[in-house]
Amino acid sequence: MRGPLYLGWCYLRRHPAKTATLVASIAIVLFLPVGLNVLVGEVSGRLMARAEATPLLVGARASALELVLSSLYFDAAEPEATRWSQLLRVRESELAEPIPLYVRFRVRDQPVVGTTLDYLDFRGLRVAEGRPFAVLGEALLGAAAARRLEVGVGDAVISSPESVFDLAGVYPLKMQVVGVLAPSHGPDDDAVFVDVKTAWVIAGLGHGHQDLARPEAQAAVLRRDGRHVTANASVVQYNQITADNIDSFHFHGEPEALPLTAVIAVPRDEKAGVLLRGRYESPDEPVQIARPREVMRELLATVAAIESWVLAAIGAVAVATLATAALVFSLSMRLRRREVRTLTMIGASRASVFVLLASEVIFVAIFAAGVAGALTLAVRRYAAAAIQAWLLG
Amino acid sequence: MVRMQDLVFRYREGGFELRVESLRVGRGERVAVVGPSGSGKTTLLHLAAGIVVPQHGRVETNATELSALDDGRRRDFRARHVGYVFQSFELLGYLDVLDNILLPFRVNPTLSLDAAARERAVSLARRVGIADKLPRRPGQLSQGEQQRAAVCRALVARPGLILADEPTGNLDAKNKQRVMEILHEQALAEGASLVVVTHDLDLLQDFERVVDFQELVGSQESVS
Repeated sequence: MRGPLYLGWCYLRRHPAKTATLVASIAIVLFLPVGLNVLVGEVSGRLMARAEATPLLVGARASALELVLSSLYFDAAEPEATRWSQLLRVRESELAEPIPLYVRFRVRDQPVVGTTLDYLDFRGLRVAEGRPFAVLGEALLGAAAARRLEVGVGDAVISSPESVFDLAGVYPLKMQVVGVLAPSHGPDDDAVFVDVKTAWVIAGLGHGHQDLARPEAQAAVLRRDGRHVTANASVVQYNQITADNIDSFHFHGEPEALPLTAVIAVPRDEKAGVLLRGRYESPDEPVQIARPREVMRELLATVAAIESWVLAAIGAVAVATLATAALVFSLSMRLRRREVRTLTMIGASRASVFVLLASEVIFVAIFAAGVAGALTLAVRRYAAAAIQAWLLG
Repeated sequence: MVRMQDLVFRYREGGFELRVESLRVGRGERVAVVGPSGSGKTTLLHLAAGIVVPQHGRVETNATELSALDDGRRRDFRARHVGYVFQSFELLGYLDVLDNILLPFRVNPTLSLDAAARERAVSLARRVGIADKLPRRPGQLSQGEQQRAAVCRALVARPGLILADEPTGNLDAKNKQRVMEILHEQALAEGASLVVVTHDLDLLQDFERVVDFQELVGSQESVS
């Protein structure tokens, strides 16, 4: 650095507290609107990309937003469940391919997504290690889920109980990790994918236990009445599905009544999509068909309205801060009058004096812009994902 | 060399008028200007340096008529040809001593801050006994050391004219003597004209000529 710029730099170094305060104030003023804009844009972009890629969702007639958030982003809030019969209904319509989703349980903080292998094709997910789930009790982990749970192929994960104190509730199921997905930079990275039947087993809708026909289980049998066998509580129930006990797993009740969070309906073409939507428009219809793109647009329109109010408030603060900074700079100029007179007397050019005085503003502005830029990049890099996780967590 | 002829100067605000019919300081001549406070001695130096220009008359310094130059050219002229020493040193507190000495090179593009200039700054500091203070800030120096640093700043660009406005006013007897010795020494060594405004009559013996300012503006004559 040469000439008056060097002098300006020395001046700022000599007044570190004042410089740091000015830089921080202006950086915040610059960062807040830009950072907020980038943050909202980034989060909106991520949310919309997922929504755009999901044509239709069939779910219980309740909040469409909850249905979308839960089915697309595996939000922790659990919407009202629909039934397997709705999947059959979509399939029978021959207008769309149905993909089941049952998102209710967690492995620690990672959502367990009960679905079929069609989901992997639909989302374009690629198995990076191992293989997809094939039978009951197998799990396929998203890249981030595997990293956070610190497990890989060959390890096991255990579903978390919904309530520690609910003795009659859902019991943990130990699942074998058979594969890990390549990162897809979306909510799928955080999920533990299992066959939808495995999710029903976690829900207690299906189970496996000791074969009561075998001699070692006779002590537990209380009564035999034709095909019906009554046993006491000593019958061993399995909390892990293995090759040895998989045949003992079965479901009670009507298959059509088994629960689902939603059914992703992938219409064969645009017309089929419109026709399918038409079939769910009756007010007496117990289920709804949601278009995630529209639902998310509505949500983001609300966010945009709030953002504009926040930006207006930030603008007012920015004006006040910049006015204060201008006052500080002008006071600084006044304090430096004697210095300017000295420089003039020893032959400083007008340009040099101007650059020297302006350099205080220039350096502060450059540093503030740098700090604001770094913060904005950090927001873009880290905060968008964190905010999305926080909003949907 | 300084030559003033039929000079009339008054500040815009009015209230003060300086008239000098004739004043000449020869090349390499060392002149002291004495007179009461507020009589216009500092203004005389400012005229000689081209900091202000007269409303009437001529000011010629180092064969350049300053009153004919615009402000920018006069600034360039000062940077290259005039070394100015202030009573209150006027060192910049945020620069170290070396950067203070090199200040003229940093604030006027007609001077080139090269290795030779740096070497001269260090050499001057060594000669006046503050070489070990170069990395320090002015606030860490004694008053005598600060004035010596200010003298180095005035001399670093090898000016043909050294103007000093009561350079010993804030110094004790020992430092007074030392600073004046340095000014005389450097003026002699560089062949520069030296004009010193002072109230201190003890310092006059080393000058070749003493100008009584009152007589200068009153009788329009310089006195020896």
